Amino acid sequence: MSTLVLLLITGLGLGALYFLVAAGLSLIWGLMRVLNFAHGAFFTVAGYAGFFTSAALSGTSPWLQWLAGLVVATLTGGLFAALTEIGLIQPLYRRPVGQVLVTVGLALATLALVEGTFGSDPRQVALPAWLMATSNVLGAAIPNTRFAVLLIALLVLAGLLFFLRRTRYGLIIRAGVENRAMVSALGIDVQRAFTLVFTIGGLAAGLAGFLGATYYGTIDPSRGTSMLISAFIVVVIGGLGSITGSAIAAVIVGLLQQFLNFYAAAGVGDFAVVLLLAAVLLLRPGGLMGGSSS
Amino acid sequence: MRGRSALVAGVLIAFVALVLPFVHVTLPVIFEGPLNSAGTLNLLGLCFVFGALALSYDLVFGFTGLLSFGHALYFATGAYVTAIALVHWHWSLPQALVLTALVALVLPLALGAVCLRIQGIPFAMVTLAFAEAASILVLQNPFGLTGGEEGLALGSGTLPAALVGVSNTANLYWIAAGWLALTCAVGWWAVHSPPGRVWQAIRENERRVIALGLNPYAYKLASFVLSGFLAAGAGVAYLFLQGGANPQITTSSFTLVLLVMVVLGGVGTLWGAVLGGIVYEYLDFRLVEVSNASLVQSLPPILRVPLSEPLFILGVLFIVLVLFLPEGLGGIFDRLPRRLPGRPS
Repeated sequence: MSTLVLLLITGLGLGALYFLVAAGLSLIWGLMRVLNFAHGAFFTVAGYAGFFTSAALSGTSPWLQWLAGLVVATLTGGLFAALTEIGLIQPLYRRPVGQVLVTVGLALATLALVEGTFGSDPRQVALPAWLMATSNVLGAAIPNTRFAVLLIALLVLAGLLFFLRRTRYGLIIRAGVENRAMVSALGIDVQRAFTLVFTIGGLAAGLAGFLGATYYGTIDPSRGTSMLISAFIVVVIGGLGSITGSAIAAVIVGLLQQFLNFYAAAGVGDFAVVLLLAAVLLLRPGGLMGGSSS
Repeated sequence: MRGRSALVAGVLIAFVALVLPFVHVTLPVIFEGPLNSAGTLNLLGLCFVFGALALSYDLVFGFTGLLSFGHALYFATGAYVTAIALVHWHWSLPQALVLTALVALVLPLALGAVCLRIQGIPFAMVTLAFAEAASILVLQNPFGLTGGEEGLALGSGTLPAALVGVSNTANLYWIAAGWLALTCAVGWWAVHSPPGRVWQAIRENERRVIALGLNPYAYKLASFVLSGFLAAGAGVAYLFLQGGANPQITTSSFTLVLLVMVVLGGVGTLWGAVLGGIVYEYLDFRLVEVSNASLVQSLPPILRVPLSEPLFILGVLFIVLVLFLPEGLGGIFDRLPRRLPGRPS
């Protein structure tokens, strides 16, 4: 029983991380039809920015350190994404494949640079005492980081849904996902919405970068790539462009991975997720929630 | 006329490549040892392997317009299936090659049949996911077959004597060159055959192909399988040259690198892709040595670190190319003659 609870909550925590990365990818795809390979780079760079901020403040309160890391990582992710959109994506609006390729180049170059600068060894992240402790849930000792990650992801989900459903910009984005040509025909500046969506995606990925370091306790340059691939799978299963779909798919993928990796064998869970993706695409090519933007 | 001059150029290049192992000339800066030294031949062989691989990828990506992110899988299939049959099952080389050929036909056929049911970017993601699954499988080392992270080295006695040892590097070089020549010939024939013209029509406008009464699915699958098969052959040549299979060639980053090669050379041109593959592998190899040079090492860290990461330089080069020279390196040469005044076209 306790193993079951542990796997369940850890799987949910993993799903929360996937959701944070996937939400941005899904919105970017839905609105702009760009498959953003640089999303993993946002994750990694922001994670390192948060890590170094937190390390620079050592000696102050551990919570302040952690929160500062979280905030700086989030902002770094948003800034990196905004610069990417303005500098690299905008010049290629008429060439969709070029946009994908340019994010591929950015991902490769950034990863190489991070590895060259900070080395490929994982680094320990300093955490407040509470986050390093465990809580007892139904007899299982659950690391508190799982709860922190889950809570923050839920807040982001709520915030994103509120933004998309209740604000004017959210309306434009939803309309743009539905029919981009019509939105621009109505005289609305879709380009600004593009930059906005990219920035939001970057903020979420940046947040995930530091939360990932919190969840695993370490940070290394290669995690962004595996996160990106998991997030791709989540986005496709959930339905491209759908935030709710991404949330549901992230939970399914996270749980499936955890349970199978534990009960079957290491690696089986990752494998099963890919098979699930293939099955979903064959049975429901649009994904679970394809076609709706929130 | 263009076709004939291209043929003449191709035959000339092939002849030079063929006799290279007999040429004892040193090209300073470009290659470290003389042309027929084992190190140079090995590097050239690898360049040829990647040229062939890039061409095979260009068939599916550049000519058919299918953005597959799983091409590394077929290259790795060639390397790993042959290696497993030789090392673990102690098969003879011809037997292993027959098995590899069969797998290299069946695997892309099966995966292509599934993946091609969807189109566009979702297709790209599914191919990526399948390749990733294969990568996980190789790393997990099922039944001790793949050797996990360490890869699978071809021990002594697994290959015929003519393919082993530094003194026989020329033979490996010829195998790589031969596969590249075969890939070029098959690729040229394929894109000029009627199905190849349909591939290009699909790339330009798939709906119109349907409207003309053709079924794009079958043509796309044919392109996918041919490309996968040619990639697997390049994988076998890679296995021989490297003396083993390593899990790096299964990763998604490797497919991305492949994409870089093709775009570097020019999408949708045969020789551009080959050039891209060769140039990429050469740069990747030589840039490591450049980064170890004392000149670079004496630079301040802010310059030294980026310069000592080949992937950083190649990634930036790639972005610049995509932004400013979408036709790739091949595009430069294609443009040149038209700028010369008074030349009849």
